[in-house]
Amino acid sequence: MAASGLRAMVGVKRVIDYAVKVRVKPDKTGVVTDGVKHSMNPFCEIAVEEAVRLKEKKLVSEVVAVSCGPQQCQETIRTALAMGADRGMHVEVPAGDYEHLSPFHVSKILAALAKKEGVDLLLLGKQAIDDDCNQTGQMTAAFLDWPQGTFASEVTVDGDWLKVEREVDGGLETVRLKLPAVVTADLRLNEPRYATLPNIMKAKKKKVEVVKPSDLGVDLAPRVKTLSVDDPPQRKSGVKVETVDDLVAKLKESGRI
Amino acid sequence: MAAAALIGKRVSGWARHRACRGLSLVRRGCAGDSLDDAVNGLSTEQQQLRQTMIKFCQEHLAPKAQEIDQQNEFKGMRDFWKKLGELGVLGITAPAEYGGSGMGYLDHVLVMEEISRVSAAVGLSYGAHSNLCINQLVRNGNEAQKEKYLPKLISGEHVGALAMSEANAGSDVVSMKLKADKQGDYYVLNGNKFWITNGPDADVLIVYAKTNPSSVPASQGITAFIVEKGMPGFSTAQKLDKLGMRGSNTCELIFEDCKIPVANVLGHLNKGVYVLMSGLDLERLVLCGGPLGIMQAVLDHALPYLHVREAFGQKIGHFQLMQGKMADMYTRLTACRQYAYNVAKACDQGHFSAKDCAGVILYSAECATQVALDGIQCLGGNGYINDYPMGRFLRDAKLYEIGAGTSEVRRIVIGRSFNSAFK
Repeated sequence: MAASGLRAMVGVKRVIDYAVKVRVKPDKTGVVTDGVKHSMNPFCEIAVEEAVRLKEKKLVSEVVAVSCGPQQCQETIRTALAMGADRGMHVEVPAGDYEHLSPFHVSKILAALAKKEGVDLLLLGKQAIDDDCNQTGQMTAAFLDWPQGTFASEVTVDGDWLKVEREVDGGLETVRLKLPAVVTADLRLNEPRYATLPNIMKAKKKKVEVVKPSDLGVDLAPRVKTLSVDDPPQRKSGVKVETVDDLVAKLKESGRI
Repeated sequence: MAAAALIGKRVSGWARHRACRGLSLVRRGCAGDSLDDAVNGLSTEQQQLRQTMIKFCQEHLAPKAQEIDQQNEFKGMRDFWKKLGELGVLGITAPAEYGGSGMGYLDHVLVMEEISRVSAAVGLSYGAHSNLCINQLVRNGNEAQKEKYLPKLISGEHVGALAMSEANAGSDVVSMKLKADKQGDYYVLNGNKFWITNGPDADVLIVYAKTNPSSVPASQGITAFIVEKGMPGFSTAQKLDKLGMRGSNTCELIFEDCKIPVANVLGHLNKGVYVLMSGLDLERLVLCGGPLGIMQAVLDHALPYLHVREAFGQKIGHFQLMQGKMADMYTRLTACRQYAYNVAKACDQGHFSAKDCAGVILYSAECATQVALDGIQCLGGNGYINDYPMGRFLRDAKLYEIGAGTSEVRRIVIGRSFNSAFK
């Protein structure tokens, strides 16, 4: 496989915007999404940026942006196209099924698409800021039986190999993966670019193909049942102590020391 | 490796990272609630453009907005201008062959609005640069002039301005005294211009002067010139100390035997008034993004405050008097926005209505002052101190009842258009 011919696929998830105050639905089945501002998951933005940079370095020949979900996901795909992806694929999941869509299903979808499109490099965000699952990249690699480089802070293409610097507890870990491979982007991988006005207009002409999960042979039956979604507990107000002794006593009382 | 605590750490690290890129907490949760672009009738691309501008301005402008106002100076202006150039929004209405984006007036209003939402002063400078200077060159410049001046203005390397008013010629602009006498291949300019936005910073200025002072009517003796910084005889006086729009630099221009080559006549000799008046219509339209952005900024700050601050045991936003304020502020803004976007769409389709260009800025400017006053009231004592930006919004808003034709002149324009139908 010639390095110049790498085909990259990037997953882009539509999530509630990071600046929005999330509200739990009164029936505790989930959070309010209607009429709430959505945008691309920030880690997915980083993944798109990395793919586009690899393309600019001529290491990748094509970047395909994929999103799974309702019609509105096409806006997220358009953002990826405006950042420099070449074409989009929208895996249309009706709103009813989307409520139960989990990393398990998305991984199956991505694995099927990666095979169908002959992808060499699948770039994903390390996790989405809505469900914080951090599972899709790992599961997709498992379904494909491909090597994975998760929490990437640096990606280097070296022929048929990929060098990935990973952010781990103790510092950085460097792994070498044989392509094709799955890479998930961590925060420090890059700083995503803005979708500039000329590129927004260029993106308008790029193609977005719509596919159904059933076309890919993926069953969307729920695997996980959500019992209840609750607000985090309200933070209780603290107390002022007069002396260090008081502080120590209080800390002992609360079992902290 | 994916221990819960670690994920928490990573995500909080991410949040910190974003926070230091300038997201102010006060904006949390309100952007989507008081700004609905489906209602505003924007295309997907226009909504994307707004998202780009929101993100860009939050990261590169919001952290500096208060300081720009307090110090009456925008220190990183040149750098910021180049970034705007990279985004493609300086030459937003300019053709692609000069580096422009070839977009329309609605797109321009949107960008003006989003910059003004964060810093109305920088928004004003942007309007003067991108519309008053660049768009006038696009509309009236000849090929040589466009090739010479547009690329650097569009990339942000140069700053542009336009000079019309004089100390004794504001609303009555055709009574201007700046004189241009022809001497061989040059026009020699003598006189002054006053209240010139971007004056202290501008590299390229469009300047109106009298080439035939004795012409009757007086409007038929005006010609537009392109002036460059550093031309002998051209200088700027000290920066003005303004009530608002601080950091959008304004000054007096001085012409003392300033020689301008004949090649720098913009449009036709003695026909400057057409350049001026048709440009003013579009200037009013594009600048109305200013009051729209200020009103949105007021809502961005007032709405969350009303839902945090408590009195008599409840959030003050739940009192009917404050609900009335929220409703009035939101409705004023939304009505102005719909009017402005629709006039802009009409212009994009080639239908230019002078009375509606005057109408949108007349109404949105007066609404902006009122909304800014209401915003101060919502914050009570906090609205009156400069730790909060509400006072800045009011001071900035007032400019739009004065600049680009006063409210009085705009009413004349609208009234006259009806009068002319009954002649």
